[in-house]
Amino acid sequence: MKSRLEPVLLPLAVAVLFVLGWHFAVKWTGSDIFPTPEMVVTGTVELARKGVLLKYVVASLFRVSTGYLLAVFLGIPLGLLMGWFGRARLAFNPAIQVLRPISPIAWIPIAILWFGVSDLAPIFLIFLASLFPITTAAMAAVQNIQLVYIRAARNFGITGLALFKKVVLPAALPQILTGLRLALGVAWLVVVAAEMIAVNSGLGYLIIDARNAGKRYDLVVAGMVLIGLIGLALDFLVRRMENLDQVRWGLSRN
Amino acid sequence: MVASVPRPEVARIVSTRPKISIRAVWMTFPAKDRSAQDVHVLEDINLDVREGEFICLVGPSGCGKSTLLNIAGGFLTATEGEMRVDDRPVSGPDPKRIFIFQENGVFPWMTVEENVAFGVKRSNERERQELTRHYIEMVGLTGFDRAYPQELSGGMKQRVEIARALAAEPDVLFMDEPFGALDYLTRLRLRHELTQIWQRERRTVLFVTHDVEEAVQLADRVVVMGKRPSRIRAILPVPAARPRDLDDPGCRELRDEIFGIMGLDHHGQRIAGAAAG
Repeated sequence: MKSRLEPVLLPLAVAVLFVLGWHFAVKWTGSDIFPTPEMVVTGTVELARKGVLLKYVVASLFRVSTGYLLAVFLGIPLGLLMGWFGRARLAFNPAIQVLRPISPIAWIPIAILWFGVSDLAPIFLIFLASLFPITTAAMAAVQNIQLVYIRAARNFGITGLALFKKVVLPAALPQILTGLRLALGVAWLVVVAAEMIAVNSGLGYLIIDARNAGKRYDLVVAGMVLIGLIGLALDFLVRRMENLDQVRWGLSRN
Repeated sequence: MVASVPRPEVARIVSTRPKISIRAVWMTFPAKDRSAQDVHVLEDINLDVREGEFICLVGPSGCGKSTLLNIAGGFLTATEGEMRVDDRPVSGPDPKRIFIFQENGVFPWMTVEENVAFGVKRSNERERQELTRHYIEMVGLTGFDRAYPQELSGGMKQRVEIARALAAEPDVLFMDEPFGALDYLTRLRLRHELTQIWQRERRTVLFVTHDVEEAVQLADRVVVMGKRPSRIRAILPVPAARPRDLDDPGCRELRDEIFGIMGLDHHGQRIAGAAAG
């Protein structure tokens, strides 16, 4: 069977099997804490009725976008400079490579110390989590530019800032975009963790609060499902950018 | 018909002064580390290129012909000797002398049109568009203006690069095995097209190839270089009129003569007693 519906039907079949399996597993084990799929749906509806669903989603997205955009605006120029100027790389790269493997979660106590229980703490954590992958990707992207492009541009008399704008940045863009996508995934992972500890709103908070205030595991799973769906949507948006003609040439999956 | 584009009228005074003058150029690449030795690439290269002349440099792979071209293009500096264009020493790349690369330097993030327009130096917008259109048409890519290089074949990409170079209205074109990565038929076609373009444009061309027949087909004079460290072994004029038929006895003889200088007969066999290429 080979049809155009296959890419829709196959994953749908898996999803149906999964939900059925989940449902019957809960029924057969007779668990009264772990929710069935129906309970998760009713829980989600309940959250939506109370108005917290939208509020929490918006809170999480606000934190992610703020921290992430700050990292984009600092990380890309920093990475480009480090890729282009050997001296800047020599100076900054060791520090960045030491900071990079430290999990953003490890920064939570320091974030709370500096920013208290406020939006700033998770924003700071997301900023940190995204900054290092973005900077590293931008730096590597510039280092990997084929010399022939730079030489051709110089031959046509393009130097300085114009060279950066017309050649270096577009030549590095595909690899930068890959870094941006990676960083957005990490940022979305981190916001949930940060919200469990440092604030009292958002999807991370929803999960930890539902558990603490009455073992509402239907709401815990509802929060998890929402996180998954929104993460998927974010990835989809970045993938859309990867289909632009200006970057598609440099991405291997084509 | 190709629309005529206003071009600053170059005074066609027959000048005794060469366009490109290569005087006693030596090139040595320093050893990469202490255990290695310095690499001597070029020895005492002397060559004068007249304005509007098409010169082919042929020689075995790795003989230093590309190095010589890079020195002429301003991307490398000779260890010794003088490289002059228009009687001025070459101090770096210059938009008046455009380099065409074997590995294709067309920007993949720009359309064909944007790539060709990138070469144009004029500031008047109407002239820019006109020149861009003119050279896209000259290389036969009209209709592909909005295409990205990834959608084009290797031969078409090389045409874009040629159009971009011509759009800069350079005096000199340096071509470093521009057809080397293309399949045989495409190579034949592009050679033919390049001859036509050159006949129309009359830029000075320095063209590197390891393909002797390509050199015989294209050049006014063929410069034969030896193995590394390389010297010029012969400079041979090609008297045949263009377009050239490589089966023409004159062309065949010249080809065999070049093979002979390189130490091979025309079947590719090493000639007994010949000096090592």
